[in-house]
Amino acid sequence: MSIMVKTEKKVTLIIDGQKITVPDTITILEAAQKAGIRIPTLCYHPALAAIGSCRICIVEIEGVDRPATACNTEALEGMKVTTRSERLFDLRREVIKMILAHHPLNCSPCPENGDCELQDLAYEYDLAAMDFNDYHIQTEGFPWKPFSTPILDYHPRRCILCGRCVKVCSEIRGLGAITMSGSGAKAVIQPVMADEQTPSLCISCGECMRVCPVNAIEETMGGIKGKPWETKRVQTTCGYCGVGCQLDLNVVNNQVVGVTTRDDVGVNKGRLCSKGRFGYTFIHSEDRLRRPLVRNEEGKLEETTWTRALMKVAREFKRIKKEHGPDSLGGLSSARCTNEENYLFQRLIRQVFGTNNVDHCARL
Amino acid sequence: MAGLATVFGSGAMTNSIDEIEHADVILITGTNTTENHPVIAQRIKRAVERGTARLVVADPRRIDLVNQANYWLRQKPGTDVAWLNSLMHWIIKKDLHAREYIDRRCEGFEELAAEVEKYTPEYAEKITGIPAEDLKAVAELIGKADRTTFLYAMGITQHTTGTNNVKSMANLAMITGNVGRYATGVNPLRGQNNVQGACDMGALPNVFPGYQLVTDPKVRKKFSEVWGVASLSDKPGLTMTQMMPGIGQGEIKGMYIMGENPVLSDPNAGHVETALQELDFLVVQDIFLTETARLADVVLPAASYAEKDGTFTNTERRVQKVRAAIDPVGISFPDWRIIQRIARLMGAQINFSTPEQIFNEIRRTTPSYAGITYTRIEREGGLQWPCPDIDHPGTMYLHKDGFKRGKGLLTAISYKPSAELPDKDYPLLLTTGRMQFHYHTGTMTRRCKSLSTLAPEPLLDINPQNALELGLSDGDLVKLFSRRGNIKIKVNINHSVDEGVVFSTFHFHESPINRLTNDVLDPVAKIPEYKVCAVRVEKA
Repeated sequence: MSIMVKTEKKVTLIIDGQKITVPDTITILEAAQKAGIRIPTLCYHPALAAIGSCRICIVEIEGVDRPATACNTEALEGMKVTTRSERLFDLRREVIKMILAHHPLNCSPCPENGDCELQDLAYEYDLAAMDFNDYHIQTEGFPWKPFSTPILDYHPRRCILCGRCVKVCSEIRGLGAITMSGSGAKAVIQPVMADEQTPSLCISCGECMRVCPVNAIEETMGGIKGKPWETKRVQTTCGYCGVGCQLDLNVVNNQVVGVTTRDDVGVNKGRLCSKGRFGYTFIHSEDRLRRPLVRNEEGKLEETTWTRALMKVAREFKRIKKEHGPDSLGGLSSARCTNEENYLFQRLIRQVFGTNNVDHCARL
Repeated sequence: MAGLATVFGSGAMTNSIDEIEHADVILITGTNTTENHPVIAQRIKRAVERGTARLVVADPRRIDLVNQANYWLRQKPGTDVAWLNSLMHWIIKKDLHAREYIDRRCEGFEELAAEVEKYTPEYAEKITGIPAEDLKAVAELIGKADRTTFLYAMGITQHTTGTNNVKSMANLAMITGNVGRYATGVNPLRGQNNVQGACDMGALPNVFPGYQLVTDPKVRKKFSEVWGVASLSDKPGLTMTQMMPGIGQGEIKGMYIMGENPVLSDPNAGHVETALQELDFLVVQDIFLTETARLADVVLPAASYAEKDGTFTNTERRVQKVRAAIDPVGISFPDWRIIQRIARLMGAQINFSTPEQIFNEIRRTTPSYAGITYTRIEREGGLQWPCPDIDHPGTMYLHKDGFKRGKGLLTAISYKPSAELPDKDYPLLLTTGRMQFHYHTGTMTRRCKSLSTLAPEPLLDINPQNALELGLSDGDLVKLFSRRGNIKIKVNINHSVDEGVVFSTFHFHESPINRLTNDVLDPVAKIPEYKVCAVRVEKA
């Protein structure tokens, strides 16, 4: 088991007249990205290996008759690549048109409206609604079917069959819980079931939802959703396990309405588990404690003011310390709270209570 | 952590999450990584699928990663020292130990070698149930590999022999030269978002922030100067698992509990509830009216992590930002504001106006955090301690040029059985843990509709053979008894557990499994033996 030493070879190619030298292992698309040249994409996702299903990223290569997909064609020595031409524009436009012919065009009620890769492409390639009459496609009716998990809903009509969800499930999660089935206009994504009895291998991580470019996979039980332009995304650290994944709490009108991630950020690089992605609705639970409570004469907890509650706390702790000594007091801090709060908590116990009786649930 | 602190001089994951994928061999034990640290499990799977790493899983349960494993060592719960010693026995016998590394960096090898002498794979097989051939094969795999990383979690530590289990793993890592190098190490995966930080910040009875001992006069002097007090107690305090009996004995009269729910999470939980009721005065600060908060004299409403600023330290010692996304719900406050107000009302002059000011005091008092600032965390995407000064890049893996305590301590450890093993009256062995859809006592996740849909109720995993003997069908309600209490729970018949073993989680208040668990402690770390106790199942 020796350590593999990678020796990297370089190739030089020309993209849109610009000379670019890159490692010989990368694709035309990646080479263009390195040079700051944008090639439009749809099924491509930076976290996944190339899928090559949508053909939006086609480019012309000198000496090659047919346009090639940039996402899965290797950059070779001496290649001359053109990413923008009238021919490419028309071809890409037709491809997008074909996709849109199957896809509902009532964008306004769609939560993705304004942050949709397909919508952006339709706009960029100047597709007005009338164009779709070119293709006389009768969209299929799709009866509702359960997806691989009850917490996600799949919308076959929105789905553009780019294949990202299937790829992320097998490639990143190593599961293969969903697959593409059927052909042509009837194709759908569906759970892989070993047989009728055996449930899908799905672990409800929601990675498929994360990579979907058109919101065809949606949270079933999420709260209200905001439009992208009114949604504030606040990057923070997940509050569950110790991995410390980075996520964005999506906030609309002072309410956390969802969780998204950024592909290049943190130890998780955009990935999350079911708790991280769907475990946010407790924040606005009815059961949240909203006011201090104090036990009354009858032994019941009743609402009170901060001043009354804290005065009582200070008075009682001072009394016990005076009557029984500092070591008769103790505190349990929390692995759920911040460093700053844990620091302050032990400072209170050590400095003010005067004891080292402080611990938390590290052992549990 | 106590185990690692003794042998290396500091207790934390020695290496980083990014390095796991680059090991030649990944040995995981006592961590159902897929359920508890899914994002790390995914990294492990990827390394195995790429063919760059071989995976060894040592676990009594057929956990998900067993499907990816090259070797599955299915030990009987509580027999970890025996199989670890046996691996070392075979490595030494085959002369695969890292002689040069041991000479240069470790002490105590002769004693260790003498101890493991009797743990032949055949002898270990009798104790652990792991076939001798598998032990030999795994020993040779680790012995011959360049880089092995050891990952573990509470499945190793929540035993009366927990500290010894960890020391044994550290022994194995050291004699194979797998500490202080890239993609190796002894790596505890921490279960809670900021359990590393809470330890770092001195929420422990024997140390100030940065693991500085309360018994050290120089350390006490430093803190009393910064805090502006004449003196601080030099007497190590009680651990949580000692405080509860302390109440019954009249030693503890008043308690302040912040963000914890010991009534569900502590072993022999029936006792905990009784003890807390006996207190003169109990304050509970939480985001929900937990089972513990219901017992309090005063309940203080705290803000959730979405409502406050600060930092968490993750399992690989990386300090990262927590940012307020919304205002506190109701008239709740972030915990730090509440603590500070109590301190002030009790006469202390503590006047922080932002979490960043508190962090700056942490930097002054805690050498391993000295070089970390809010600005650097923002710019560099988190920093891993130790980071002793402002120009220090942070530390990816520990013990590179030597151990904090000097030489790494190899400790001769002999196998001791668990405190309570199955017998005639309680014939089954109960082991407890978590599942991926819920977290701890479920106060947060059970209030998330998606997650509670995926896992609505508590279940007891039981082997088909045992179910057959007891005449149980899947989903039957049973009564589960231990010497400490009983609960009702539905059974889930499957092969994830071996014959004679049952498993459940502690997320559900309606089946509080910790009423059954044994509150006997590891003598050093004071960790309760959650992973092994004897139970009896009866049809309800």
